[in-house]
Amino acid sequence: MSEKIDQKQNFLKGIIKDNPVFVMLLGMCPVLGVTSTAFNGLGMGMATLFVLLMSNIVVSIIKSQVPAKVRIPAFIIIIASFVTIVEMVLEAFIPFLYEQLGIFIPLIVVNCLILGRAEAFASKNNLLSSIIDALGMGIGFTIALVALGASRELLGSGSLFDFRFVSEDASTLILFILPPGAFIALAYLSIIFNKVTAKMT
Amino acid sequence: MGKKASTFTNMTLTLFVITVVAGISLGYINQVTEGPIAQAKLQRTTNALNDVLPEFNNSPIDDMWKLKTEVVKDSIEIYPGMIDGERIGSAIVASSEKGYNGLIKIMVGFKPDGSIINIRVLEQKETPGLGTKIKNEKFISQYRDKNPATFNLKVKKDKGEVDAITGATITTRAYSEAVQLAYDILMENKTQEKTNE
Repeated sequence: MSEKIDQKQNFLKGIIKDNPVFVMLLGMCPVLGVTSTAFNGLGMGMATLFVLLMSNIVVSIIKSQVPAKVRIPAFIIIIASFVTIVEMVLEAFIPFLYEQLGIFIPLIVVNCLILGRAEAFASKNNLLSSIIDALGMGIGFTIALVALGASRELLGSGSLFDFRFVSEDASTLILFILPPGAFIALAYLSIIFNKVTAKMT
Repeated sequence: MGKKASTFTNMTLTLFVITVVAGISLGYINQVTEGPIAQAKLQRTTNALNDVLPEFNNSPIDDMWKLKTEVVKDSIEIYPGMIDGERIGSAIVASSEKGYNGLIKIMVGFKPDGSIINIRVLEQKETPGLGTKIKNEKFISQYRDKNPATFNLKVKKDKGEVDAITGATITTRAYSEAVQLAYDILMENKTQEKTNE
């Protein structure tokens, strides 16, 4: 690690240049599955952020102790442990969110964003860089999920964070709450995101 | 930054240490959260009971008993609500597996004459914003104070009297089916329970 990493760049890359959802298209399962409301997106984003942060920290600390050939199983055990901890803590203290996210919490284990960062970044960089990388990526992921959830909720149920803009029986674009709507919304948001960031840089 | 060589001993030892540490920490967290998880579940049942039963002064959770039926997999739970030993209502937890995404579990409160006091959804996996409208006041109000003996619990499409939620007929059907099941169980056990005591 001879070259010094610019920590500001390191943090911002997760949000803009290498945004896990809009640019790298990683972890699509929870992205498409839970984002029917902005609140669900936020909850999922925070849970993923926590697991990503903890796994990056642990992987970065033990990286020199893990033989190269067993690094993937070692990373997966670490990630799975933190996911299980998140699941139990959510069930105990935020049962409402736990019910909403359901099967998608255990599925954080197979979110390739987390293993990807452990393998590509945390296993090669020091603790501080890994923490900042995890924060950047996690926040980028959360922002993307909230944006997707908000646009789907707005179009599909006419509300935002459960605050209703239209009456209860107004006809809204139900398509956007259903699975196909997730793909459509993701595609358009990615286009907008990439157009805007291309202009910025 | 010398990585450890991938010898057999090294690999076995590393994975062993990692799994042991993971196992111990999970065991510890489980111990810490076990109590709150059980409490959260109990709290949910208590809240639902307060919503579907008139005021009671017994402890329906202690007086609860379970029944097995062939209709649904989950056992049916019956919570009697009493004031000084006199039955003033019953809350029945029934379910249907025919929801749009499977299980719908509800708690229905009945007066002693069999008319519906209130309904609460305990578990569901319906489409957010669509099937989840079964939790809305507007939907529940059409069941309230109706007696399934005279009120046909089928949806209007099936020649019943229930207004289905637009775009969620399947959900409404399953919901109504669970209500009907709760009512049937209540009627079957009205006499049974008396002979038990």
